[in-house]
Amino acid sequence: MDRDTDIGGPLHKFPVTNHSAIIAARSEDQLVRSRAFETILAGYWKPAYKYIRLKWQADNEDAKDLTQGFFATAFEKDYFASFDPQKASFQTFLRTCLDGFVANERKAGRRLKRGGDVHHYQLDFVSAEAELAAHAAESSLSPEEYFHREWVRWMFTLAVEALRRHCDETGRTLHFQLFERYDLHDDGNVSYASLAKEFELEPATVNNYLAAARREFRKIVLEKLREITATDEEFRTEARSLLGVIL
Amino acid sequence: MWLSDNKLNHLRTIVGDPDFSSTKYTFIKELARGGMGTVYLAEDRELNRLVAIKVLNTPEVTYDLRNRMIREAQIIARLEHPGIVPVHDVGTLPDGRVFYAMKFVRGSRLDEYAAQHASLRDRLRKFQAACDAVAFAHAHGVIHRDLKPQNIMIGSFGEVLVLDWGVAKICDRLWSAVPWHRFGQSGGKPPHSKEAPDTIEGTVIGTRDYMSPEQALGEISQLDERADVYSLGAVLHFLLKDQPKVSKAAKAICLKATASAKEDRYSSASELSADIGRLLDAEPVSAYHENALEKVSRWISKNRFLVLLVLAYLLMRIFFAFTSRR
Repeated sequence: MDRDTDIGGPLHKFPVTNHSAIIAARSEDQLVRSRAFETILAGYWKPAYKYIRLKWQADNEDAKDLTQGFFATAFEKDYFASFDPQKASFQTFLRTCLDGFVANERKAGRRLKRGGDVHHYQLDFVSAEAELAAHAAESSLSPEEYFHREWVRWMFTLAVEALRRHCDETGRTLHFQLFERYDLHDDGNVSYASLAKEFELEPATVNNYLAAARREFRKIVLEKLREITATDEEFRTEARSLLGVIL
Repeated sequence: MWLSDNKLNHLRTIVGDPDFSSTKYTFIKELARGGMGTVYLAEDRELNRLVAIKVLNTPEVTYDLRNRMIREAQIIARLEHPGIVPVHDVGTLPDGRVFYAMKFVRGSRLDEYAAQHASLRDRLRKFQAACDAVAFAHAHGVIHRDLKPQNIMIGSFGEVLVLDWGVAKICDRLWSAVPWHRFGQSGGKPPHSKEAPDTIEGTVIGTRDYMSPEQALGEISQLDERADVYSLGAVLHFLLKDQPKVSKAAKAICLKATASAKEDRYSSASELSADIGRLLDAEPVSAYHENALEKVSRWISKNRFLVLLVLAYLLMRIFFAFTSRR
């Protein structure tokens, strides 16, 4: 039975989000396009690399070349201009493009050589490889689910780094330290009281600082998400997915 | 930096959970999630009591959605009725999301209540109480537009509360006809929002299985209290469908309430409630014209004790007549 309240209908339109890199990637202005592309690259290169390694069973050198080659070709040939948010999410679209690209490369028996005429981006493949070595993909996940999971992990990793920078720049280092100890620490014994003792603060101050850091973190996560989604509807859907909630 | 699955899930939770740090409430847990907002259990630290807090779902805080939430709170605040959950407070979270705090109702939803083997009479009584709450809202110019078993709560003392007025609509015709002075209120301007998406003709609002045909077509301007009557009829159908013995009169009430043409439905929720009352009292209902045999059968059913008494008396008379003759 359909139990869910629906607010939509034939006339419901979803406007595009502001600050969407997906929309900006279609800009006539080369500089705007270039910046948008860097945002997309930053948000997707690592899950794309891991996905190629897992689904296409590529060795690390091959996966590096395919990742570089895919993003370079996508930028050159305007892959992302054909994205239609009505048909799929950008994440699904990008993964489909990636599959098509790798399949074509394999079919042609090509191996993209670094140092050729393909543009190369500064990407930290060493960390990606180290993560793959230390944390094997769960066998229960399909490659598509793995891609999504790694994308979520990468989004949050970028958001944590952005929060660290923000706190450093605004003189709130203590806020981040508390956030790191309480929210990023695997030790389940950390409490507000133990943090208050450790940092010589009042428990209420720990509460306030943590609340402020979490608030900023939330803002950063959503801003990042807004950047890499095309429409309000897609943004909301991805926000639900990213925040692990079901509507 | 590697975020383990545990850390990731924790971060997802803290990003998703509302930040009540600037309010007098302490977050406890999520209770339910709906199309527009999520309801959380929280503690009111000043009054030392539990409350349910509804917070706008979407992180994209648009003017429309803020308005809609505030309007919902205003609408409920006007509807002071034991069958409508009272609003205590309305405010904005630090991230800009609107929230309102309301009474925390302990109990189960109507669909859960029905699943707990509630008898037909029990179901009908609860349904009638829901009709009465909706009728009260109609009397105040408000139509709910999303009535379904999941939006009707049965409290731990058996009280019935109609929830989730998030897509409620002020019906201009009903609003202007409300005798506000009798309710000790001034009518004033309806809590409308010109920008609210529901004002756009063609927008479909509600839940498919419980939605009237005119609502499903998005005929916003055509909606009146009979749209809610249809939804109530669909709720009644839900309550009757797994019952082994459903009278023709009950089925007829259900059919009349869910008639495709709104002219063929009950004209109001109170009229529907009255028919349910008559059904419970074994009186003739307006939705069904019974034949002579059915009239007798209903009369016997209603006066079962009296009939048994007369039968016993007659049997005794026959017995004594028979024994005295010997």
